[in-house]
Amino acid sequence: MAKIHVTATINGEEAEFLCEPQQTMLDVLRDELSLTGSKEGCGSGDCGACSIIVDGRLVCSCLMFGAEAAGTDIMTIEGMAQGEKLHPLQQKFLEHAALQCGFCTPGVLVASKALLDRHPNPTEEQARYWLAGNLCRCTGYDKIIEALMDAAAEMRGE
Amino acid sequence: MLGATGARPLSGGTDLIVQLKSGRNRPNAIVDLKKIPGMIGIEAYKGGFKIGASTAGAQLGENAALVKAYPGVVEGAELIGSTQVQGRASLAGNLCNASPAADSVPCLAAAGAIAVVVGPDGEREVLVEKIPVSPGKTSLKAGEFIKAFILPERPAHASDAYLRFIPRTEMDIAVVGAGVNIVTDGAGTITAATVWLGAVAPTIVQVDASCLVGTKLDDAALAKLDAAAQAVCKPIDDKRGTIEYRTKVAGVLARRAAAIALKRAGER
Ligand SMILES: Cc1cc2nc3c(=O)[nH]c(=O)nc-3n(C[C@H](O)[C@H](O)[C@H](O)COP(=O)(O)OP(=O)(O)OC[C@H]3O[C@@H](n4cnc5c(N)ncnc54)[C@H](O)[C@@H]3O)c2cc1C
Ligand code: FES
Ligand code: FES
Repeated sequence: MAKIHVTATINGEEAEFLCEPQQTMLDVLRDELSLTGSKEGCGSGDCGACSIIVDGRLVCSCLMFGAEAAGTDIMTIEGMAQGEKLHPLQQKFLEHAALQCGFCTPGVLVASKALLDRHPNPTEEQARYWLAGNLCRCTGYDKIIEALMDAAAEMRGE
Repeated sequence: MLGATGARPLSGGTDLIVQLKSGRNRPNAIVDLKKIPGMIGIEAYKGGFKIGASTAGAQLGENAALVKAYPGVVEGAELIGSTQVQGRASLAGNLCNASPAADSVPCLAAAGAIAVVVGPDGEREVLVEKIPVSPGKTSLKAGEFIKAFILPERPAHASDAYLRFIPRTEMDIAVVGAGVNIVTDGAGTITAATVWLGAVAPTIVQVDASCLVGTKLDDAALAKLDAAAQAVCKPIDDKRGTIEYRTKVAGVLARRAAAIALKRAGER
């Protein structure tokens, strides 16, 4: 089958790629665009390691076709730091040791950013529910939540 | 294009793409409905609402007017999956995937929601409960898809509620789901009640809720509703719940959802 030509904005820059009709956005990011920060944990929407933000909405890139990216504005984990300067969430995750193996971390960070974009002052409960689709085998989640809440406070200037 | 054999419509893909990967669904073409104007969005319509069939769950929860009028419909839709899944999962996909445990369907049916179906023969309006016919099967004909859902105008002092029971607090499949829609006279007496259950039969099933009409949901009315709910259950036995367990929980959830719907109706 013919490949589909797609143009989208990825991390603020125009990107063009060719993809197979059945190729997922996660496959496109990793295999066509060499953006390997997004991870494949399950491929079925359960783990959140592949989380990206599409037109302001958090989605699993493993449950989206690459062809659907046409004309959208996408943010991946690679778009989070500004050059060498880490995003406050990234910085706080390091300070709080909110990662061990790190496999879940890109997805957790992108999901956390999506939360703070919408709700700069979340309650802990809100944060836990928001991240229910991001599985972590290592940390037990408490450190992730602590880092997220700390970053939120810092970003609010508290 | 959808008329071609083996073509499937795509909304959020949170069922379809999983099924493609597992090999359970092998379409030879996929049509992304989201690109069709009107498939996404919520508008006021004849005193009620018209919801584009592919609108993502998260968008429903962000519409204050819809949440106020149909809190039960919205809570059913918002229970679907995680934040990520909410960013894509639609009412049409939930209904047309035709799982008996689909969380948005009992309250849509209880609300009297209508699916606007389009296809090669034009447009027709169908009650939501007529769409799923058995697990994984719908009554849609080849080439047909759902364009929108219509929620009727809300009378004053009416509301709804959805409750589901799952072994975890998030991200699981309903063992039982109960959707209740209640209209009152404004003084707390019920004038109409509609109750549908999910996950206790091959499709959603309606409970005879006539026992609630004329009552203020006293203990006797609740006991009758509990019995009526248990009477329509034909559940399966599986690791999530035995037949006896699901049947008992159905009665409990119907009662609790009715109480919430009544309370909400009083607050409107
Ligand atoms: C991690 C995860 C958790 C989940 N949790 C839940 C849950 O808690 N409760 C629950 O009920 N479901 C759950 N689901 C299932 C799924 O998310 C829902 O059923 C969702 O509503 C499907 O909508 P969609 O738009 O993604 O459908 P799609 O995958 O796009 O489509 C589903 C089916 O409907 C058809 N279809 C889509 N749109 C139309 C249309 N407009 N007209 C006709 N046919 C159409 C498709 O061809 C396909 O057969 C979960 C899924 C995942 C991956
Ligand atoms: S890889 Fe997408 S949710 Fe697990
Ligand atoms: S740090 Fe290992 S999975 Fe989260």
